[in-house]
Amino acid sequence: MSDASGSIAAVTERLRSTLPSDAVITDPTRRAAYDCDGLLHYRVTPAVVVLARDTDQVQAAVQACMTHGLPFVARGSGTGLSGGALPHADGVLIVMSGFREIREVSARDQRAVVDPGVINLQISQRTRPDGYYFAPDPSSQQICTIGGNVAENSGGAHCLKYGFTAAHVLSLDVVTPDGDRFAFGTRAPDAPGYDVLGAFVGSEGTLGIATSATVRLLRTPETVQTFLAGFADTDAAGAAVSAIIGAGIVPAAIEMMDALAIEAAEAAVACNYPAGAGAVLVVELDGPGAEVDSELAAAEQHCREHGAFEIRIAADDQERQAIWRGRKSAFAAVGRISPDYIVQDGVIPRTALPEVLRRMKQLADDGGVRVANVFHAGDGNLHPLVLFDDAVPGQADAAEETSGAIIDLCLEHGGSITGEHGVGSDKAKHMPKMFTEDDLDTMQRIRCAFDPTGISNPGKVFPTPRLCGEVPRRHSASDDSRTPTTTAGVEIF
Amino acid sequence: MGLLNALRGADLDVRAAVSADTVDGRLPRLLVRPRSTQQVSALMSIATEHDAVTIVRGHGTKLTWGAPAPEASILLDLSLMNRILDHQPGDLIASAEAGAAIADLQAALSSRGQRLAVDTMVPGTTVGGLVGSNVSGPRRVHTGTVRDLLIGVTIVLADGTIAHSGGKVVKNVAGYDLGKLMTGSHGTLAVITEATFRLHPEPTATRWLSTRIATADLETVLAAACASVVAPSAIEIDCNAPDSATVAILVEGTGAGVAARASAISTMLAAFDLGPDDHDQAKSGLGDAQDWTLRFPFTTGGTQVGLKLTAALGGVVEVCAAAVAHGLHVRGSAGAGVLYAAAPTSITSAELTTVLSELRPLTARLGGTAVVLDGPRDIRSEVDVWGPVNGLPVMRRLKDQFDPGRLLAPGRFVGGI
Ligand SMILES: Cc1cc2nc3c(=O)[nH]c(=O)nc-3n(C[C@H](O)[C@H](O)[C@H](O)COP(=O)(O)OP(=O)(O)OC[C@H]3O[C@@H](n4cnc5c(N)ncnc54)[C@H](O)[C@@H]3O)c2cc1C
Ligand SMILES: Cc1cc2nc3c(=O)[nH]c(=O)nc-3n(C[C@H](O)[C@H](O)[C@H](O)COP(=O)(O)OP(=O)(O)OC[C@H]3O[C@@H](n4cnc5c(N)ncnc54)[C@H](O)[C@@H]3O)c2cc1C
Repeated sequence: MSDASGSIAAVTERLRSTLPSDAVITDPTRRAAYDCDGLLHYRVTPAVVVLARDTDQVQAAVQACMTHGLPFVARGSGTGLSGGALPHADGVLIVMSGFREIREVSARDQRAVVDPGVINLQISQRTRPDGYYFAPDPSSQQICTIGGNVAENSGGAHCLKYGFTAAHVLSLDVVTPDGDRFAFGTRAPDAPGYDVLGAFVGSEGTLGIATSATVRLLRTPETVQTFLAGFADTDAAGAAVSAIIGAGIVPAAIEMMDALAIEAAEAAVACNYPAGAGAVLVVELDGPGAEVDSELAAAEQHCREHGAFEIRIAADDQERQAIWRGRKSAFAAVGRISPDYIVQDGVIPRTALPEVLRRMKQLADDGGVRVANVFHAGDGNLHPLVLFDDAVPGQADAAEETSGAIIDLCLEHGGSITGEHGVGSDKAKHMPKMFTEDDLDTMQRIRCAFDPTGISNPGKVFPTPRLCGEVPRRHSASDDSRTPTTTAGVEIF
Repeated sequence: MGLLNALRGADLDVRAAVSADTVDGRLPRLLVRPRSTQQVSALMSIATEHDAVTIVRGHGTKLTWGAPAPEASILLDLSLMNRILDHQPGDLIASAEAGAAIADLQAALSSRGQRLAVDTMVPGTTVGGLVGSNVSGPRRVHTGTVRDLLIGVTIVLADGTIAHSGGKVVKNVAGYDLGKLMTGSHGTLAVITEATFRLHPEPTATRWLSTRIATADLETVLAAACASVVAPSAIEIDCNAPDSATVAILVEGTGAGVAARASAISTMLAAFDLGPDDHDQAKSGLGDAQDWTLRFPFTTGGTQVGLKLTAALGGVVEVCAAAVAHGLHVRGSAGAGVLYAAAPTSITSAELTTVLSELRPLTARLGGTAVVLDGPRDIRSEVDVWGPVNGLPVMRRLKDQFDPGRLLAPGRFVGGI
C-alpha cells in the first residue's frame, strides 16, 4: 500500500468513527459526482467525500486530514469557474452545501448570521420583506453559497456601486488548516488587530474553511430605474459609459453587449433589442427617488450625445426584467451560435476599453475564431467568450491561444487576470505574469501563517507552493495549460 | 560596520534624531528619510542585519496610539516620499507615495471633480498613516472605509523584500489582498510605500442636518435614520450628558435630490427637537454639524485618554449611555456602530481599568469592542489598551512570518505584537 492510500484508509476510518454514517462517501460512483466544479474541463475524483452539516464535523474532517497529512478541499455549490473546488485524488472533499441555515436576521443591526452553505439569493429573499437585501449578486446567486462567495470574493453586476463580498462580511468563523477554530472580525466594524478577515475573503479555500458568516444587509433603495440604449458600435457605447461616469454618476449597474452577443441573445430568448445595434448598454440607477430621476435624465442625455439611436426606459418591473433577460441569458445563448466556447474573465482600466476591444478583434481574426463580448463596463471587467468548434481540427487550440492572449492583453493595459471568477486551478499559471516572485513569496507568508503544512486546497491560486520555513525554490509552471471550456448551455457570466 | 555607517553607505538621508522626533516619549537614535521604495528596501535590509528596531512615521499624529512604543534605533520618516503618482479620472483611481499628505491628494482629485471618500481632518495626515491607522470618519456609512477603498499597495517587509498586491483596477481577485492586512496594522507588519485607491465623484450638493434630542428618543431617531430610504451618507451622534444628545445626518448627491432628502430628514428630526443647548458645542442646530463631526471628542497626541467603542447598530444607544454614565464624552458614527469617547483629563489608570471592565463585556455582548486609542504613556502602560482580540494566534503567526525579528514597532499592537 502506498503512503497516500494508507493515509486515506486511516482518515476514512477516523471519519467513519466520528461523523454520522451518511456523511462519509467512499463509493466510487457517488464520489465521481463531485469530480469538477463549473470548470468542466478539469476532472479529478476525490478519495473521500464528507457531507458536513456543522462546524464540529468540518473540524473533525480537517483534523483527520491534518493528522495524516492529506489535502482537503472545501466545496460549496460547485459553481466556481476557475476550478477552485477541484478535488484531490488523494484528498478529502468537504461539501458544505448541506450546512445551510440562516441563523439570525436583525433588520435593526442590518446583519444576518448564516451558515456557509446558505444560497446567496436566500438571504435577500428572507430579508426583503423587512426592506433589506444582501448586495453581492453573482449571476449564479440562485445556486452559489455564501462560503463560495467568501472564498472567491465574488462580485456581480451591482458591485460597481456596492462593492464585492469583502465589503459585506463583518465576521467569519473559520476552521484553520491546523484543525483549530477562530472567529475573525466582530459583528461591528473595525475589529482590533490585523484584518485577517480581509485576507481570508478571496483566498479561494487555501486558508481554511469558513463555517459561519455575519453579513451586512443593505436597505433596499427607494427607486430603481433601468434603461437599454442601442449604439452603432462598442466605441460609441464605451464613450457613453465614460461620459456617464465622468459626470459623477455611479450607476448601480452598467453592462455592455456587442453585436455577436446580441445576436446570440436574440437567437435564444428573442429579447428584441434595438434592431441593427452594434452594441447595447443596460444601465441601472438606484437610490432615493429625486436623486435617481435626475441621474436618469442625465445618463440618458449622455447616451444620446454619444450616438445612442434608441433608448428604452423600463416602465415597470416586467419591462425591467425584459431588458435584463437578454443580458442574463447571453452566455448560455452563445451555445446557439457556436458549439463550443471558452469564458474568459479579465480586467482592464475602463478607459482602455476601445483599444482593448479592437485588439481583441484582431487577435480573434488572427486566430480564426470569433469573440463575443458581454461585460461589466463600469468597472472594466471583461468576459470575452471565445467561440469555436471542437469538431474542426485546430480550432480548440486556436481558441485557447486567443483566450490566453486576451489575458496578456489585459495585463499589458495594467489590468488583472481575474475580476471575479478567481485564480483556482485554471489561472495559477498566469500568476507570475502579474506578480513578481517576491510578491508571490510574500503572499506565501500569509499561507504559512494559516496553513504551515500546506494541506488546504493545495495547488490552487499559486503555481509553485513553497514549504513554510524553507528557502523559496521555484520551478516552472505546469505544462498542462489547456484552457478549460464549458459545455454549451451553461449560463456563465 | 555600525548601523549609521551602513545607512550612510547605502546613500540614505540619515541624521541623529532630535527632540521633535520623539515617539511616544522615547527618542529614537536615528532619523532616516528614504526617497523611494528601493531605498526603504535598502534601509530595512540594513535594519534587519543590525537588529535595529524601526518605527514608521507619516506625519506623526498617531504615534501615541496603541500600546506604548518601544525604544527604537530608527525612525523611518516618509516625508520625502510625498508624490502623487497617478490620477486617472476616467478610471476613478489614484496612486500616491505613502508620505503624501491626504490634503494634497484631495486637492489634486478635487480639481477633476473627484475625491477619496474618507474624512481626514488633521492637517498633514499621510497616505501611509491613514492606511496604517485605518481611521475613517462619518462618511464611512455611505462609501465604506479606507480598507474598502484601497485597491493596491506596495510594501517593504522587515527583511527588505518589496511586494505588491492588487493593482490599478477596481475589480480584481488575483492573489491574497495584502492591502487589507496593512490596513490598521499600525506599522507593525511592513512599511507601506505606495497605495492605490478607488475614487468617488464629488457630490454636487451636500447638506448636514442636526438637532439636539432627548436621550430617551435617541434609539427611535437612529433606527428611523438607519432604515430611511433617503440614503444618508453619515449618521453621527454627540453625547456629553445623560439627558440629551445631538444627532447629525449628512445627505450628498445632486442639487434636486439633496433638497428633497434633506427636507424629509428635517421633518423627521423636527418632531424630536429640543432646541439649542447652551453648553453643547454642537448647539447651533441645523446645518453646521460638519465642524464637530470631523473631530474626535478628545485631543490626540498622548494628552487625553481617547477610546474607540464599537457595537452592532442596535447597541449604539446602550454603549453611548454606559460611556456617558462614566463621565465620557461620546461622539461618532451611529450609522456604522463606531463611536469615539473622551475620558476626563483627570482620569487615572485605575479608574480607566474600571471603566474598561464594564464597557468591554457590554460592547462584546453588543457585538463590538472597546479599545484605548490614545492617552498619556504612563496610563497606556498600566492598562490593557487593546483588550481581547478575536483570532490573536493567527495574528501572531502573521507577525512571525512578516517580521520574524520583531523589528517593526514591537509591542505596540494587539497581544504584544
Ligand atoms: C452561471 C454562473 C454565473 C456566475 N456568475 C458569477 C458572477 O457574476 N460573479 C462571480 O463572482 N462569480 C460568478 N460565478 C462563479 C461562481 O458562482 C462564484 O465563484 C461562487 O462564489 C462560487 O460559489 P460556490 O458555492 O459554487 O463555490 P464552489 O465552486 O463550490 O467553490 C469555490 C471556491 O470556494 C471554496 N469554498 C467553498 N466553500 C467554502 C467555505 N465554506 N470555506 C472556504 N472555502 C470555501 C472552494 O474550495 C473553492 O475554492 C458564476 C458561475 C456560474 C456557473
Ligand atoms: C473623525 C476623525 C477625527 C480625527 N481627529 C483627529 C485628531 O483630532 N487628531 C489626530 O491626530 N488625528 C485625528 N484623526 C486621525 C488621523 O487623520 C489619522 O489617524 C491619520 O492616519 C494620521 O496620519 P499620520 O500620517 O499622521 O500617521 P502617523 O501618526 O505618522 O502614523 C499612524 C500609524 O501608521 C503607521 N504608519 C504611518 N505610515 C506608515 C507607512 N507608510 N507604512 C506602515 N505604517 C505606517 C505609524 O507607525 C502609526 O502607527 C481623525 C480621524 C477622523 C476620522
